[in-house]
Amino acid sequence: MAQHKINYLSEAGLPVALTTVDKLVQWGRSNSLWPMTYGLACCAIEMMATGASRYDFDRFGTIFRASPRQSDVLIIAGTLTKKHSPFMRRLYDQMTEPKWVISMGSCANTGGMFNTYATVQGADRIIPVDIYLPGCAPRPETLQYALMLLQKKIRKESASRKLKPKRLV
Amino acid sequence: MQKVNRLQPFFENLVFERDDDRMIINFGPQHPSSHGQLRLILELDGELVTKATPDVGYLHRGMEKMAENMIYNEFLPTTDRMDYIAATSNNYGFAHAVETLLDLEIPRRAQTIRMMLLELNRIISHLFWLATHALDVGAMTIFLYAFREREYAMDLMEDYCGARLTHSSVRIGGVPLDLPENWITKLSKFIDKLPSDIADYEGLLDQNRIWKMRLEGVGVITPEMAQSWGCSGPSLRGSGIEWDIRKEEPYELYDEVDFDVPVSTTFDSYGRYKLHMEEMRQSIRIIRQVIAMYYKTEPAIMAHSPEYISAPKEDIMTQNYSLMQHFVLVTQGMRPPVGEVYVPTESPKGELGFYINSQGGAYPYRLKLRAPSFWHTSLLQELLPGQYLADVVTIIGNLNIVFGEIDR
Amino acid sequence: MRKYTDKKNVQKKPYHTDRFWVAPQVSKEDVSSDEVFASDLKELQENFNIKDAYIQRGQLVVYINPGENVEVLAFLKEKLKYNFLNELSAIDWLEKSGEFEIFYQMLSTSKKKRLRIKFFIKEKDEIRTVSKLYNSADWAEREMYDMFGVIITGHYYMKRILMPEDWYGHPLRKTYPLHGDEEASWYEIDKIFGKEYRDIIGPENRDSSRVDESDTYNFSRIHHEVPFGEKPSKEVTFTDYQEEGGVFLIKSLKKADSKILEERP
Repeated sequence: MAQHKINYLSEAGLPVALTTVDKLVQWGRSNSLWPMTYGLACCAIEMMATGASRYDFDRFGTIFRASPRQSDVLIIAGTLTKKHSPFMRRLYDQMTEPKWVISMGSCANTGGMFNTYATVQGADRIIPVDIYLPGCAPRPETLQYALMLLQKKIRKESASRKLKPKRLV
Repeated sequence: MQKVNRLQPFFENLVFERDDDRMIINFGPQHPSSHGQLRLILELDGELVTKATPDVGYLHRGMEKMAENMIYNEFLPTTDRMDYIAATSNNYGFAHAVETLLDLEIPRRAQTIRMMLLELNRIISHLFWLATHALDVGAMTIFLYAFREREYAMDLMEDYCGARLTHSSVRIGGVPLDLPENWITKLSKFIDKLPSDIADYEGLLDQNRIWKMRLEGVGVITPEMAQSWGCSGPSLRGSGIEWDIRKEEPYELYDEVDFDVPVSTTFDSYGRYKLHMEEMRQSIRIIRQVIAMYYKTEPAIMAHSPEYISAPKEDIMTQNYSLMQHFVLVTQGMRPPVGEVYVPTESPKGELGFYINSQGGAYPYRLKLRAPSFWHTSLLQELLPGQYLADVVTIIGNLNIVFGEIDR
Repeated sequence: MRKYTDKKNVQKKPYHTDRFWVAPQVSKEDVSSDEVFASDLKELQENFNIKDAYIQRGQLVVYINPGENVEVLAFLKEKLKYNFLNELSAIDWLEKSGEFEIFYQMLSTSKKKRLRIKFFIKEKDEIRTVSKLYNSADWAEREMYDMFGVIITGHYYMKRILMPEDWYGHPLRKTYPLHGDEEASWYEIDKIFGKEYRDIIGPENRDSSRVDESDTYNFSRIHHEVPFGEKPSKEVTFTDYQEEGGVFLIKSLKKADSKILEERP
């Protein structure tokens, strides 16, 4: 539709706005991020607190889903151990594109204080991570901030982008 | 595009389709109702569970090995991550074990502060238990209500020690800080409000038909089972055995306060739910009495034992010998006497025991954590067969298991 | 040349110990000081060969013969009313004497007493299971096997419990390093991607104080972030949760409009 037609229509009182498909799609994606309920350890408790009454994650359009097939974001909340690592890779593979990963807490970032034989020294040895979230355990506000940063990152991306080869995929 | 990784099909060693109409279901390790990383392999006959094999270890972080490579004070923050819902009770369990090994006498003010924190943690833990258990069974409202109250309790913990989840609020020899200003007023307001909230939860749940149908007669733990499987805490008292370590082998000032030990005679999940609610009321009762005791104490908050415990900060800053002692204790660590102790405490989940074997070195020679949830999870092997598949979630939620302390 | 390390005990050791320092002992009391324990011990001595017994910090410690563990525990359960087996595990003394020390921590709720049964076994020795007496020993024995490699006979499901089944070594032995051996450090890479991916992903970083600014895969400077793998730059990057112009249909927070409550509602 040409611009003059739009001006004509909106002057007549019709609500019309112009945007690009990219922006519209990414705006939609960024405001309906569905993370997976993937609690591993202590951080999972803070993740639950973020979803509960005081912090209210739902107002960001974030609704926890129990299945990897329905979720876009994997929040690695807690210590990732070597015994569990194949399962996490499997869950990540099961998620549909586009997908993003938030690594929550020191343990998921680098192994944290658990510098032992049984702990994976950073979840990014196994799957690509978008946002690293420091703290042990991070407060709910930190998780909210990380989610908003992820939303901003998504809005910058192109909707029809060709999947860039990531480091671990 | 994505390269396929090398992961083999996970269940190649399990036979899912069998000739006898039995079905095998894998539950976890990622499951919203498994309270962490529990994996259950259930054998089903129709909807009845005929065999259950729990698989744990997905959160094994090697804490006992860490303890052997750390000085005693260094290990204290690690205990926070064991039972991460009530961190202070773990801190206390460890500190109390080391104090028993050292034979220290703790100042009375520190003891009252510890008791307040311990009981506050018990309330936090039970509220969390109620929230998640109700969510698993299908009562979303309770989840939101109980988390609201829990946040206020967390605010109190945060005022005291600065952390919401991992407190480290009890140190070996006492507590690090005296109570901040107005803390007791805030605590009193909280415990004055809490009974009406508990009444709210009970109003929503007690006579709720769905809640009763899903809990009554489900997960019956008989006294014989409870003794044989080493149950403790609410699971043991839910089987009609009156055993509370606070009452029977009192530590701190629990012998001076007056409280009841609730016992359930129905042995089922509903009885244990009532028991948890009653325990919260008893915690409030204990806190009320301890607040009165707090005002009658001397200001000292750390034990006096220059060999093992650093002097107060004023002494370190003004006296040379205290500074030297502090330096040695921080860099090399205290060296407890040669010997071994097993010290049980009553954590919100049950009997939390620390076995410490010291060879006179700065590092423990062996430290064994006796975490209650580990034994409660092993009970699932006997508890689940004969129950319906839908009740599995109820039972797991009701046993109050936390994977940080199962796998350690 | 690789630095020589003692392979028998690879745990951390204090860097300095005074030559003349003698460790004090936790006091051991005579069993006759406690009536209940004295009568319990007397009954035990009548039936079994007791090597040593004393009270330490209010709990009775009894040393028995390794072959008699099942009989002693059955006697404790049936005759002496010790109805709980609270804890069971091993202690590694392989470096000192080539032995494991096994302990059983018991509780009697009727007597309100705690008791510890202990015995020594050689490294390759097997012990009999007590899980038929106390179900609680079921998982504890599996954990003991997992962590120490103590073999238990008669157990119906003797498999690893905490570590994966294809794990190599027994982690709580003193010969096992805290950071894991070679096998452990590549465990997840080998399992997920295969051995050829070891080079791509690289070894684990076990030094928690390592900082390398040129390595932008693993490190980033706050307000100077760059994409993965690019060179670090001095350019300031603005990090906020929203674009400066605002976002379509999303309200921005106006701090002036917010209200802070003094009291809880």
